[in-house]
Amino acid sequence: MHAVSSSKTEKAQDVNTQVQSHIVIRDLNVHIEGKHILKNINLDIPNHSVTSIIGPSGCGKTTLLKTLNRLLEDVSDVSISGSVLVNGEDIYAPDAEVTHLRKKMGLLSQKPFPLPMSIFDNIAYGPKIHGIKNKKKLQEIVETQLRNVGLWEEVKDRLDASATRLSIGQQQRLCLARGLAVEPEIILGDESTSALDPISTQTIENLLISLKDAYTIVLVTHILRQARRVSDYIIFVYNGEILEFGKTEDVLLRPKHEITRQYVKGFIS
Amino acid sequence: MASVKVRLWKERIAKGFMLLSGFLVTGSLFFIVGTILYKGLPYLSWEMVSQLPKGGFYIGKEGGILNAILGSLYLASAATILATIIGIPISIFLTVYLKQGSFLSRLSKLIYDILYGIPSIVYGAIGFSIMVYFGIRASLLGGIITITLLTIPIVVRTVDELLKTVPADLRHVTQSLGATRWEVAKVLLLFIKPGVFTAILLAFGRAIGDVAGVLLTSGFSDNLPKYIDEPAATLPLAIFFQLSSPIPEVQGRAYASALVLTIIILIIVLCTQYLAAKQKKHKM
Repeated sequence: MHAVSSSKTEKAQDVNTQVQSHIVIRDLNVHIEGKHILKNINLDIPNHSVTSIIGPSGCGKTTLLKTLNRLLEDVSDVSISGSVLVNGEDIYAPDAEVTHLRKKMGLLSQKPFPLPMSIFDNIAYGPKIHGIKNKKKLQEIVETQLRNVGLWEEVKDRLDASATRLSIGQQQRLCLARGLAVEPEIILGDESTSALDPISTQTIENLLISLKDAYTIVLVTHILRQARRVSDYIIFVYNGEILEFGKTEDVLLRPKHEITRQYVKGFIS
Repeated sequence: MASVKVRLWKERIAKGFMLLSGFLVTGSLFFIVGTILYKGLPYLSWEMVSQLPKGGFYIGKEGGILNAILGSLYLASAATILATIIGIPISIFLTVYLKQGSFLSRLSKLIYDILYGIPSIVYGAIGFSIMVYFGIRASLLGGIITITLLTIPIVVRTVDELLKTVPADLRHVTQSLGATRWEVAKVLLLFIKPGVFTAILLAFGRAIGDVAGVLLTSGFSDNLPKYIDEPAATLPLAIFFQLSSPIPEVQGRAYASALVLTIIILIIVLCTQYLAAKQKKHKM
Protein backbone atom coordinates (compact mmCIF):
# COMPACT_ATOMS: atom_id res chain seq x y z
CA MET A 1 0.00 0.00 0.00
CA HIS A 2 1.27 3.38 -0.90
CA ALA A 3 -1.69 5.44 0.02
CA VAL A 4 -1.25 9.09 0.81
CA SER A 5 -0.58 9.34 4.47
CA SER A 6 -1.46 12.37 6.45
CA SER A 7 -1.28 11.64 10.16
CA LYS A 8 1.96 11.07 12.01
CA THR A 9 1.05 7.54 13.06
CA GLU A 10 0.29 6.52 9.54
CA LYS A 11 3.59 7.98 8.43
CA ALA A 12 5.52 5.94 10.95
CA GLN A 13 3.68 2.86 9.83
CA ASP A 14 4.43 3.58 6.21
CA VAL A 15 8.13 3.84 6.80
CA ASN A 16 8.07 0.55 8.67
CA THR A 17 6.02 -1.40 6.21
CA GLN A 18 7.67 0.04 3.13
CA VAL A 19 11.28 -0.86 3.47
CA GLN A 20 11.45 -0.36 -0.26
CA SER A 21 10.72 3.36 -0.41
CA HIS A 22 13.51 5.17 -2.19
CA ILE A 23 12.15 8.66 -1.98
CA VAL A 24 10.02 9.74 0.95
CA ILE A 25 8.25 13.08 0.82
CA ARG A 26 6.74 14.56 3.98
CA ASP A 27 4.51 17.63 4.28
CA LEU A 28 5.96 19.22 1.18
CA ASN A 29 4.58 22.63 0.30
CA VAL A 30 5.82 24.76 -2.56
CA HIS A 31 4.89 28.37 -3.18
CA ILE A 32 6.00 30.12 -6.35
CA GLU A 33 5.40 33.87 -6.57
CA GLY A 34 2.88 33.62 -3.74
CA LYS A 35 0.90 30.85 -5.41
CA HIS A 36 0.49 27.59 -3.56
CA ILE A 37 1.69 25.16 -6.25
CA LEU A 38 2.14 21.96 -4.23
CA LYS A 39 -0.03 21.35 -1.19
CA ASN A 40 0.86 19.01 1.68
CA ILE A 41 2.51 16.36 -0.40
CA ASN A 42 3.22 13.08 1.37
CA LEU A 43 4.58 10.30 -0.77
CA ASP A 44 6.63 7.13 -0.65
CA ILE A 45 8.12 6.40 -4.03
CA PRO A 46 9.01 2.72 -4.28
CA ASN A 47 12.45 1.46 -5.11
CA HIS A 48 13.24 -0.24 -8.44
CA SER A 49 10.00 0.55 -10.17
CA VAL A 50 8.54 3.08 -12.55
CA THR A 51 6.27 5.65 -10.96
CA SER A 52 4.39 8.02 -13.23
CA ILE A 53 3.08 11.39 -12.19
CA ILE A 54 -0.05 12.24 -14.18
CA GLY A 55 -2.55 15.05 -14.03
CA PRO A 56 -4.00 17.96 -16.00
CA SER A 57 -1.73 20.70 -17.38
CA GLY A 58 -0.61 23.14 -14.74
CA CYS A 59 -1.45 20.83 -11.84
CA GLY A 60 2.11 20.90 -10.52
CA LYS A 61 3.50 17.61 -11.79
CA THR A 62 6.71 19.07 -13.23
CA THR A 63 7.17 21.19 -10.10
CA LEU A 64 6.86 18.03 -8.02
CA LEU A 65 9.50 16.31 -10.16
CA LYS A 66 11.86 19.27 -9.93
CA THR A 67 11.61 19.50 -6.16
CA LEU A 68 13.05 15.97 -6.05
CA ASN A 69 16.24 17.30 -7.59
CA ARG A 70 16.30 20.77 -6.00
CA LEU A 71 16.06 22.32 -9.44
CA LEU A 72 13.56 24.95 -8.37
CA GLU A 73 16.20 26.87 -6.48
CA ASP A 74 17.44 29.09 -9.28
CA VAL A 75 14.07 30.71 -9.62
CA SER A 76 13.41 33.60 -7.31
CA ASP A 77 10.40 33.83 -5.09
CA VAL A 78 10.11 30.12 -4.42
CA SER A 79 9.51 28.85 -0.93
CA ILE A 80 9.72 25.18 -0.17
CA SER A 81 8.84 23.60 3.15
CA GLY A 82 8.70 20.00 4.29
CA SER A 83 11.19 17.28 3.61
CA VAL A 84 12.28 15.04 0.75
CA LEU A 85 14.26 12.05 1.94
CA VAL A 86 16.38 10.10 -0.49
CA ASN A 87 17.73 6.96 1.16
CA GLY A 88 16.69 8.54 4.42
CA GLU A 89 18.76 11.68 3.83
CA ASP A 90 16.81 14.94 3.75
CA ILE A 91 17.85 16.77 0.59
CA TYR A 92 16.39 20.02 1.91
CA ALA A 93 18.40 19.86 5.14
CA PRO A 94 20.49 23.02 5.56
CA ASP A 95 23.75 21.06 5.39
CA ALA A 96 22.76 18.97 2.36
CA GLU A 97 25.30 19.22 -0.44
CA VAL A 98 23.32 19.88 -3.60
CA THR A 99 25.88 18.88 -6.24
CA HIS A 100 26.31 15.48 -4.65
CA LEU A 101 22.53 15.05 -4.36
CA ARG A 102 21.85 15.89 -7.95
CA LYS A 103 24.40 13.36 -9.12
CA LYS A 104 22.18 10.68 -7.61
CA MET A 105 19.35 11.64 -9.94
CA GLY A 106 19.58 11.68 -13.68
CA LEU A 107 17.21 14.05 -15.45
CA LEU A 108 15.75 13.32 -18.85
CA SER A 109 14.21 16.58 -20.04
CA GLN A 110 11.27 17.22 -22.36
CA LYS A 111 13.42 17.83 -25.38
CA PRO A 112 16.85 16.25 -25.69
CA PHE A 113 19.56 18.74 -24.77
CA PRO A 114 22.91 17.35 -25.77
CA LEU A 115 25.81 19.35 -24.36
CA PRO A 116 27.47 21.49 -27.05
CA MET A 117 30.25 18.99 -27.62
CA SER A 118 30.95 15.66 -29.34
CA ILE A 119 29.04 12.42 -28.77
CA PHE A 120 31.98 11.02 -26.80
CA ASP A 121 32.35 14.12 -24.63
CA ASN A 122 28.64 14.19 -23.88
CA ILE A 123 28.88 10.84 -22.14
CA ALA A 124 32.34 11.46 -20.70
CA TYR A 125 31.37 14.89 -19.31
CA GLY A 126 29.76 13.62 -16.11
CA PRO A 127 32.48 11.10 -15.19
CA LYS A 128 35.12 13.74 -16.03
CA ILE A 129 33.73 16.39 -13.69
CA HIS A 130 33.53 13.74 -10.99
CA GLY A 131 37.22 13.11 -11.31
CA ILE A 132 37.72 10.26 -13.79
CA LYS A 133 40.69 11.31 -15.91
CA ASN A 134 41.92 7.98 -17.24
CA LYS A 135 41.26 7.94 -20.99
CA LYS A 136 40.82 4.19 -21.15
CA LYS A 137 38.33 4.18 -18.28
CA LEU A 138 36.38 6.98 -19.98
CA GLN A 139 36.29 5.06 -23.25
CA GLU A 140 34.97 2.07 -21.37
CA ILE A 141 32.22 4.11 -19.73
CA VAL A 142 31.22 5.71 -23.04
CA GLU A 143 30.96 2.34 -24.77
CA THR A 144 29.06 0.68 -21.91
CA GLN A 145 26.53 3.48 -21.63
CA LEU A 146 26.02 3.78 -25.38
CA ARG A 147 25.43 0.04 -25.51
CA ASN A 148 23.01 0.36 -22.59
CA VAL A 149 20.79 2.64 -24.64
CA GLY A 150 21.35 0.75 -27.89
CA LEU A 151 23.21 3.60 -29.55
CA TRP A 152 26.70 2.10 -29.79
CA GLU A 153 26.29 0.40 -33.16
CA GLU A 154 24.75 3.55 -34.63
CA VAL A 155 27.45 5.98 -33.53
CA LYS A 156 30.64 4.02 -32.82
CA ASP A 157 32.31 5.32 -36.00
CA ARG A 158 31.55 8.96 -35.33
CA LEU A 159 32.10 9.48 -31.64
CA ASP A 160 33.92 12.73 -32.43
CA ALA A 161 30.99 14.15 -34.37
CA SER A 162 28.81 16.79 -32.77
CA ALA A 163 25.99 15.33 -30.72
CA THR A 164 23.58 17.78 -32.36
CA ARG A 165 23.98 15.93 -35.68
CA LEU A 166 22.06 12.96 -34.29
CA SER A 167 18.33 12.57 -34.84
CA ILE A 168 16.06 13.73 -32.02
CA GLY A 169 15.37 10.14 -30.96
CA GLN A 170 19.08 9.32 -30.92
CA GLN A 171 19.77 12.53 -28.99
CA GLN A 172 17.30 11.53 -26.29
CA ARG A 173 18.95 8.13 -25.96
CA LEU A 174 22.32 9.88 -25.79
CA CYS A 175 20.99 12.10 -23.01
CA LEU A 176 19.80 9.02 -21.14
CA ALA A 177 23.24 7.43 -21.54
CA ARG A 178 24.87 10.67 -20.38
CA GLY A 179 22.74 10.61 -17.25
CA LEU A 180 23.52 6.94 -16.59
CA ALA A 181 27.25 7.58 -16.92
CA VAL A 182 27.35 9.38 -13.56
CA GLU A 183 25.82 6.27 -11.94
CA PRO A 184 22.67 7.77 -10.49
CA GLU A 185 20.19 5.83 -8.38
CA ILE A 186 17.13 7.57 -9.67
CA ILE A 187 16.04 8.63 -13.13
CA LEU A 188 13.65 11.56 -13.42
CA GLY A 189 11.82 11.96 -16.70
CA ASP A 190 9.98 15.18 -17.51
CA GLU A 191 7.67 14.24 -20.38
CA SER A 192 10.78 12.81 -21.94
CA THR A 193 9.12 11.48 -25.04
CA SER A 194 6.96 14.45 -25.90
CA ALA A 195 9.29 15.63 -28.68
CA LEU A 196 9.85 12.18 -30.13
CA ASP A 197 8.26 10.20 -32.95
CA PRO A 198 6.31 7.03 -32.05
CA ILE A 199 9.19 4.64 -32.75
CA SER A 200 11.73 6.61 -30.70
CA THR A 201 9.11 6.91 -27.97
CA GLN A 202 8.75 3.16 -27.90
CA THR A 203 12.53 2.72 -27.73
CA ILE A 204 12.79 5.10 -24.77
CA GLU A 205 9.84 3.46 -23.01
CA ASN A 206 11.36 0.00 -23.41
CA LEU A 207 14.69 1.30 -22.17
CA LEU A 208 13.08 2.75 -19.07
CA ILE A 209 11.27 -0.51 -18.36
CA SER A 210 14.53 -2.45 -18.73
CA LEU A 211 16.33 -0.01 -16.43
CA LYS A 212 13.94 -0.31 -13.52
CA ASP A 213 15.74 -3.34 -12.12
CA ALA A 214 18.69 -1.12 -11.39
CA TYR A 215 17.09 2.29 -10.91
CA THR A 216 14.11 3.98 -9.37
CA ILE A 217 12.33 5.82 -12.13
CA VAL A 218 9.94 8.74 -11.74
CA LEU A 219 8.26 10.08 -14.86
CA VAL A 220 5.99 13.00 -15.54
CA THR A 221 3.72 12.24 -18.43
CA HIS A 222 0.55 13.63 -19.90
CA ILE A 223 -0.04 10.55 -22.01
CA LEU A 224 -2.22 8.09 -20.12
CA ARG A 225 -1.41 5.23 -22.44
CA GLN A 226 2.27 5.78 -21.74
CA ALA A 227 1.65 5.74 -18.01
CA ARG A 228 -0.23 2.47 -18.48
CA ARG A 229 2.52 0.95 -20.62
CA VAL A 230 5.53 1.78 -18.50
CA SER A 231 4.58 2.39 -14.92
CA ASP A 232 4.11 0.18 -11.89
CA TYR A 233 2.66 3.01 -9.82
CA ILE A 234 0.74 6.12 -10.68
CA ILE A 235 0.47 9.40 -8.81
CA PHE A 236 -2.49 11.52 -9.85
CA VAL A 237 -1.93 15.19 -9.09
CA TYR A 238 -4.80 17.64 -9.25
CA ASN A 239 -4.55 21.31 -8.34
CA GLY A 240 -1.31 20.81 -6.46
CA GLU A 241 -2.59 17.94 -4.37
CA ILE A 242 -2.09 14.22 -4.65
CA LEU A 243 -5.55 12.84 -5.19
CA GLU A 244 -4.55 9.29 -5.75
CA PHE A 245 -1.47 7.11 -5.54
CA GLY A 246 -1.39 3.40 -6.11
CA LYS A 247 -0.63 0.54 -8.44
CA THR A 248 -1.14 1.42 -12.09
CA GLU A 249 -4.12 -0.84 -12.63
CA ASP A 250 -5.79 0.34 -9.44
CA VAL A 251 -5.55 4.01 -10.34
CA LEU A 252 -6.47 3.56 -13.98
CA LEU A 253 -9.14 0.88 -13.67
CA ARG A 254 -10.52 1.34 -10.18
CA PRO A 255 -9.96 4.99 -9.29
CA LYS A 256 -11.20 5.87 -5.84
CA HIS A 257 -11.75 9.50 -6.56
CA GLU A 258 -14.37 10.91 -8.90
CA ILE A 259 -11.91 13.44 -10.41
CA THR A 260 -9.39 10.68 -11.12
CA ARG A 261 -12.11 8.71 -12.85
CA GLN A 262 -13.03 11.70 -15.00
CA TYR A 263 -9.38 12.34 -15.87
CA VAL A 264 -8.73 8.71 -16.76
CA LYS A 265 -11.82 8.68 -18.96
CA GLY A 266 -10.63 11.82 -20.69
CA PHE A 267 -13.29 14.22 -19.46
CA ILE A 268 -10.68 16.55 -18.00
CA SER A 269 -7.29 17.12 -19.52
CA MET B 1 -15.91 43.22 -47.90
CA ALA B 2 -14.79 46.64 -46.79
CA SER B 3 -12.88 45.37 -43.77
CA VAL B 4 -10.66 43.24 -45.98
CA LYS B 5 -9.93 46.32 -48.12
CA VAL B 6 -8.97 48.29 -45.01
CA ARG B 7 -6.76 45.47 -43.80
CA LEU B 8 -5.04 45.25 -47.16
CA TRP B 9 -4.39 48.99 -47.07
CA LYS B 10 -2.90 48.69 -43.61
CA GLU B 11 -0.71 45.91 -44.93
CA ARG B 12 0.45 48.14 -47.81
CA ILE B 13 1.15 51.11 -45.54
CA ALA B 14 3.10 48.99 -43.07
CA LYS B 15 5.13 47.44 -45.87
CA GLY B 16 5.69 50.87 -47.37
CA PHE B 17 7.13 52.16 -44.11
CA MET B 18 9.43 49.16 -43.81
CA LEU B 19 10.74 49.63 -47.33
CA LEU B 20 11.16 53.40 -46.85
CA SER B 21 13.17 52.96 -43.64
CA GLY B 22 15.20 50.23 -45.26
CA PHE B 23 16.05 52.42 -48.23
CA LEU B 24 16.86 55.43 -46.05
CA VAL B 25 19.24 53.51 -43.83
CA THR B 26 20.92 51.53 -46.57
CA GLY B 27 21.04 54.69 -48.67
CA SER B 28 22.76 56.71 -45.97
CA LEU B 29 25.22 53.89 -45.42
CA PHE B 30 26.10 53.90 -49.12
CA PHE B 31 26.28 57.69 -49.04
CA ILE B 32 28.74 57.63 -46.13
CA VAL B 33 30.93 54.91 -47.61
CA GLY B 34 30.68 56.62 -51.00
CA THR B 35 31.77 59.97 -49.58
CA ILE B 36 34.72 58.43 -47.78
CA LEU B 37 35.76 56.57 -50.91
CA TYR B 38 35.27 59.56 -53.20
CA LYS B 39 37.09 62.03 -51.00
CA GLY B 40 39.59 59.70 -49.37
CA LEU B 41 40.67 57.24 -52.05
CA PRO B 42 42.75 59.80 -54.03
CA TYR B 43 44.80 60.46 -50.90
CA LEU B 44 45.17 56.87 -49.80
CA SER B 45 48.62 55.56 -50.57
CA TRP B 46 51.09 53.04 -49.28
CA GLU B 47 53.08 55.94 -47.85
CA MET B 48 50.00 57.08 -45.95
CA VAL B 49 49.53 53.78 -44.08
CA SER B 50 53.16 52.78 -43.68
CA GLN B 51 54.85 55.96 -42.46
CA LEU B 52 54.79 58.13 -39.42
CA PRO B 53 53.90 61.79 -39.91
CA LYS B 54 56.96 63.69 -40.99
CA GLY B 55 57.71 67.32 -40.42
CA GLY B 56 55.12 69.35 -42.21
CA PHE B 57 52.63 66.46 -42.52
CA TYR B 58 49.92 68.66 -41.09
CA ILE B 59 50.47 71.32 -43.73
CA GLY B 60 50.18 68.82 -46.52
CA LYS B 61 53.71 67.51 -46.81
CA GLU B 62 55.13 63.99 -46.53
CA GLY B 63 54.35 61.28 -44.02
CA GLY B 64 51.50 59.00 -43.02
CA ILE B 65 49.21 58.00 -40.21
CA LEU B 66 50.91 54.78 -39.07
CA ASN B 67 51.05 56.27 -35.56
CA ALA B 68 47.26 56.57 -35.45
CA ILE B 69 46.61 53.18 -37.08
CA LEU B 70 48.84 51.29 -34.65
CA GLY B 71 47.82 53.47 -31.71
CA SER B 72 44.15 52.69 -32.37
CA LEU B 73 44.85 48.97 -32.82
CA TYR B 74 46.89 48.79 -29.60
CA LEU B 75 44.32 50.69 -27.64
CA ALA B 76 41.21 48.96 -28.98
CA SER B 77 42.73 45.46 -28.74
CA ALA B 78 43.97 45.91 -25.19
CA ALA B 79 40.69 47.48 -24.06
CA THR B 80 38.60 44.76 -25.75
CA ILE B 81 40.67 41.95 -24.25
CA LEU B 82 40.42 43.53 -20.79
CA ALA B 83 36.69 44.19 -21.16
CA THR B 84 36.15 40.56 -22.20
CA ILE B 85 38.19 39.20 -19.31
CA ILE B 86 36.34 41.40 -16.84
CA GLY B 87 32.91 41.43 -18.49
CA ILE B 88 32.25 37.73 -19.11
CA PRO B 89 32.65 36.73 -15.44
CA ILE B 90 30.25 39.54 -14.53
CA SER B 91 27.61 38.22 -16.96
CA ILE B 92 28.10 34.69 -15.64
CA PHE B 93 27.64 35.93 -12.10
CA LEU B 94 24.50 37.87 -13.03
CA THR B 95 22.90 34.97 -14.89
CA VAL B 96 24.20 31.78 -13.32
CA TYR B 97 24.94 32.69 -9.72
CA LEU B 98 22.29 35.28 -8.91
CA LYS B 99 18.72 34.10 -8.61
CA GLN B 100 16.82 35.25 -11.67
CA GLY B 101 14.34 37.98 -10.94
CA SER B 102 15.79 38.71 -7.51
CA PHE B 103 16.26 42.31 -6.39
CA LEU B 104 20.04 42.20 -6.75
CA SER B 105 19.82 40.66 -10.21
CA ARG B 106 17.37 43.29 -11.46
CA LEU B 107 19.35 46.11 -9.88
CA SER B 108 22.61 44.96 -11.47
CA LYS B 109 21.01 44.66 -14.86
CA LEU B 110 19.56 48.16 -14.52
CA ILE B 111 23.00 49.51 -13.61
CA TYR B 112 24.59 47.89 -16.64
CA ASP B 113 21.83 49.26 -18.86
CA ILE B 114 22.59 52.75 -17.56
CA LEU B 115 26.35 52.28 -17.96
CA TYR B 116 25.70 51.08 -21.50
CA GLY B 117 23.93 54.32 -22.31
CA ILE B 118 26.36 56.78 -20.72
CA PRO B 119 28.10 58.92 -23.36
CA SER B 120 31.77 58.22 -23.83
CA ILE B 121 32.83 61.77 -22.90
CA VAL B 122 31.66 60.94 -19.37
CA TYR B 123 33.88 57.87 -19.37
CA GLY B 124 36.64 60.13 -20.65
CA ALA B 125 36.11 62.45 -17.69
CA ILE B 126 36.07 59.51 -15.25
CA GLY B 127 39.19 58.04 -16.86
CA PHE B 128 40.82 61.44 -16.66
CA SER B 129 40.10 61.79 -12.96
CA ILE B 130 41.41 58.27 -12.31
CA MET B 131 44.58 59.27 -14.15
CA VAL B 132 44.93 62.48 -12.18
CA TYR B 133 44.45 60.56 -8.95
CA PHE B 134 47.17 58.07 -9.80
CA GLY B 135 49.36 60.63 -11.47
CA ILE B 136 49.20 59.04 -14.90
CA ARG B 137 49.71 61.45 -17.81
CA ALA B 138 47.73 61.34 -21.04
CA SER B 139 48.94 58.03 -22.43
CA LEU B 140 48.09 54.72 -24.04
CA LEU B 141 47.43 53.39 -20.53
CA GLY B 142 44.97 56.18 -19.75
CA GLY B 143 43.16 55.49 -23.03
CA ILE B 144 43.06 51.77 -22.36
CA ILE B 145 41.59 52.28 -18.87
CA THR B 146 38.91 54.61 -20.21
CA ILE B 147 37.96 52.52 -23.22
CA THR B 148 37.90 49.36 -21.09
CA LEU B 149 35.40 51.05 -18.76
CA LEU B 150 33.37 52.06 -21.80
CA THR B 151 33.30 48.59 -23.34
CA ILE B 152 32.70 46.45 -20.22
CA PRO B 153 28.94 47.24 -20.17
CA ILE B 154 28.73 46.28 -23.86
CA VAL B 155 30.28 42.87 -23.18
CA VAL B 156 28.22 42.35 -20.02
CA ARG B 157 24.87 43.23 -21.59
CA THR B 158 25.45 41.31 -24.81
CA VAL B 159 26.73 38.15 -23.12
CA ASP B 160 23.94 38.42 -20.57
CA GLU B 161 21.35 38.52 -23.36
CA LEU B 162 23.03 35.52 -24.98
CA LEU B 163 22.99 33.55 -21.73
CA LYS B 164 19.28 34.26 -21.45
CA THR B 165 18.70 32.48 -24.77
CA VAL B 166 20.10 29.22 -23.37
CA PRO B 167 17.17 26.90 -22.62
CA ALA B 168 16.65 26.38 -18.88
CA ASP B 169 16.59 22.64 -19.49
CA LEU B 170 20.21 22.63 -20.67
CA ARG B 171 21.13 24.14 -17.33
CA HIS B 172 18.98 21.66 -15.46
CA VAL B 173 20.38 18.60 -17.19
CA THR B 174 23.93 19.81 -16.62
CA GLN B 175 23.15 20.40 -12.95
CA SER B 176 21.60 16.95 -12.79
CA LEU B 177 24.92 15.45 -13.82
CA GLY B 178 26.26 16.88 -10.59
CA ALA B 179 27.92 19.91 -12.13
CA THR B 180 28.79 22.87 -9.92
CA ARG B 181 27.65 26.32 -10.97
CA TRP B 182 31.03 27.11 -12.46
CA GLU B 183 30.92 23.89 -14.50
CA VAL B 184 27.40 24.77 -15.63
CA ALA B 185 28.66 28.22 -16.63
CA LYS B 186 31.38 26.67 -18.78
CA VAL B 187 28.81 24.54 -20.62
CA LEU B 188 26.62 27.60 -21.17
CA LEU B 189 29.60 29.55 -22.53
CA LEU B 190 30.33 26.72 -24.96
CA PHE B 191 26.71 26.91 -26.06
CA ILE B 192 26.81 30.65 -26.75
CA LYS B 193 30.39 30.79 -28.08
CA PRO B 194 29.48 32.00 -31.59
CA GLY B 195 27.52 34.87 -30.08
CA VAL B 196 30.36 35.79 -27.74
CA PHE B 197 32.50 36.55 -30.78
CA THR B 198 29.87 39.02 -31.89
CA ALA B 199 29.86 40.61 -28.45
CA ILE B 200 33.62 41.03 -28.57
CA LEU B 201 33.35 42.48 -32.06
CA LEU B 202 30.77 45.00 -30.92
CA ALA B 203 33.06 46.02 -28.09
CA PHE B 204 36.02 46.34 -30.44
CA GLY B 205 34.01 48.40 -32.90
CA ARG B 206 32.97 50.79 -30.17
CA ALA B 207 36.52 50.90 -28.78
CA ILE B 208 38.27 51.69 -32.04
CA GLY B 209 35.75 54.27 -33.16
CA ASP B 210 35.47 56.28 -29.99
CA VAL B 211 36.73 59.87 -29.97
CA ALA B 212 35.44 61.45 -26.80
CA GLY B 213 36.84 58.75 -24.53
CA VAL B 214 40.38 59.14 -25.81
CA LEU B 215 40.29 62.91 -26.29
CA LEU B 216 41.22 63.62 -22.68
CA THR B 217 43.04 60.43 -21.84
CA SER B 218 45.34 59.05 -24.50
CA GLY B 219 46.82 62.27 -25.80
CA PHE B 220 48.24 62.38 -29.32
CA SER B 221 51.69 61.79 -30.63
CA ASP B 222 53.40 61.63 -33.99
CA ASN B 223 55.53 58.80 -32.69
CA LEU B 224 54.64 55.27 -31.84
CA PRO B 225 54.35 54.70 -28.09
CA LYS B 226 57.32 52.62 -26.95
CA TYR B 227 55.88 52.19 -23.48
CA ILE B 228 52.34 52.05 -22.20
CA ASP B 229 52.74 55.35 -20.33
CA GLU B 230 53.51 57.34 -23.47
CA PRO B 231 50.88 59.29 -25.37
CA ALA B 232 49.42 57.48 -28.36
CA ALA B 233 47.62 58.70 -31.46
CA THR B 234 44.29 57.21 -32.47
CA LEU B 235 42.55 57.16 -35.83
CA PRO B 236 39.38 58.99 -34.75
CA LEU B 237 41.47 61.83 -33.28
CA ALA B 238 43.69 61.87 -36.37
CA ILE B 239 40.57 62.28 -38.49
CA PHE B 240 39.32 65.02 -36.19
CA PHE B 241 42.59 67.00 -36.28
CA GLN B 242 43.10 66.66 -40.02
CA LEU B 243 39.53 67.56 -40.81
CA SER B 244 39.88 70.80 -38.82
CA SER B 245 42.74 71.87 -41.06
CA PRO B 246 42.10 74.52 -43.71
CA ILE B 247 44.49 72.83 -46.13
CA PRO B 248 42.60 70.70 -48.70
CA GLU B 249 45.43 68.14 -48.88
CA VAL B 250 45.15 67.49 -45.13
CA GLN B 251 41.35 67.37 -45.27
CA GLY B 252 41.59 64.73 -47.96
CA ARG B 253 43.86 62.73 -45.75
CA ALA B 254 41.19 62.87 -43.04
CA TYR B 255 38.87 61.02 -45.43
CA ALA B 256 41.64 58.58 -46.28
CA SER B 257 42.10 57.96 -42.54
CA ALA B 258 38.36 57.37 -42.21
CA LEU B 259 38.65 54.88 -45.06
CA VAL B 260 41.46 53.07 -43.22
CA LEU B 261 39.33 52.93 -40.05
CA THR B 262 36.38 51.56 -42.04
CA ILE B 263 38.58 48.92 -43.65
CA ILE B 264 39.94 47.83 -40.24
CA ILE B 265 36.38 47.43 -38.95
CA LEU B 266 35.40 45.54 -42.09
CA ILE B 267 38.31 43.12 -41.63
CA ILE B 268 37.36 42.57 -37.98
CA VAL B 269 33.72 41.92 -38.93
CA LEU B 270 34.70 39.38 -41.57
CA CYS B 271 37.12 37.60 -39.24
CA THR B 272 34.53 37.41 -36.50
CA GLN B 273 31.86 36.08 -38.83
CA TYR B 274 34.26 33.44 -40.09
CA LEU B 275 35.20 32.40 -36.54
CA ALA B 276 31.58 32.41 -35.41
CA ALA B 277 30.56 30.20 -38.34
CA LYS B 278 33.36 27.79 -37.51
CA GLN B 279 32.20 27.60 -33.91
CA LYS B 280 28.59 26.89 -34.82
CA LYS B 281 29.03 23.16 -35.32
CA HIS B 282 27.62 22.16 -31.91
CA LYS B 283 24.79 24.66 -32.00
CA MET B 284 21.27 23.31 -32.08
